[in-house]
Amino acid sequence: MAEGMKIRATLQGDVADVKSLMNHIMETGLRKDAKTGKLIPAHFINQVVATLNGKTVLEAQWGAAISKNPFLGFKIKGAKAGDKIVINTVDNNGEKISGETTVA
Amino acid sequence: MNQLRRTFLKRTGAAGTVAVAIAAGLLKPGQVLAAEWNKAAFEATTTDNAMKNVGVAGATESKDVQIKAPDIAENGAVVPVEITCKIAGVTSIMIFVDKNQNPLLADFTLANGAEPYVSTRIKMASTSHVRAVVKAGGKAYFAAKEVKVTIGGCGG
Repeated sequence: MAEGMKIRATLQGDVADVKSLMNHIMETGLRKDAKTGKLIPAHFINQVVATLNGKTVLEAQWGAAISKNPFLGFKIKGAKAGDKIVINTVDNNGEKISGETTVA
Repeated sequence: MNQLRRTFLKRTGAAGTVAVAIAAGLLKPGQVLAAEWNKAAFEATTTDNAMKNVGVAGATESKDVQIKAPDIAENGAVVPVEITCKIAGVTSIMIFVDKNQNPLLADFTLANGAEPYVSTRIKMASTSHVRAVVKAGGKAYFAAKEVKVTIGGCGG
């Protein structure tokens, strides 16, 4: 995967508005393969951790019903321009995607 | 990573939320916060069971929890949902869709200045209520909004 995640963080007053897009198939495990009739195994991001300058601000557990190529938006109060935001994700197969940006 | 979780735990511990979480059966002693995916809750097939498994059974309805979602979603695979909350001291936000095979979609834990707001896109199997549950000060509050999902995608 060329680019796993896109993140953008913009400052509005003292609140950083963080938006991220992750590249992931988010397969639910409920769909059948049209040709073989077999269930396609579940493959989805189930844990997300976001940090601001190394401090955890958001931890999420996800089910398979988050849309394909997940979008996640959240806001952090007290952030300043130049602060570093990192998002780490792990899927149910243990594959990791992460991304980072600075607040602008 | 582990170090991070540890400091995170310490902080929330200071605020007393961990004790509450343990009391609610959310965290088993010795288990690091969010280290284990809450399989029982995510695999529950009814909203009631899922809510029990994340420790928010008996949440009270509140107008301070707001769900922004379309009234009609033409494509159930991508339904934008935004949750904001006016209650002070929100520690977590959860999203449920009653009629999905597994109603619990997401469980967000907030800390260190994260605003009580999350925005994401979800999949919906059919027309259903979308339910947002918020935990604040050891209590749970919820709001629900019906989203109609158009099958066939013709907009009819």
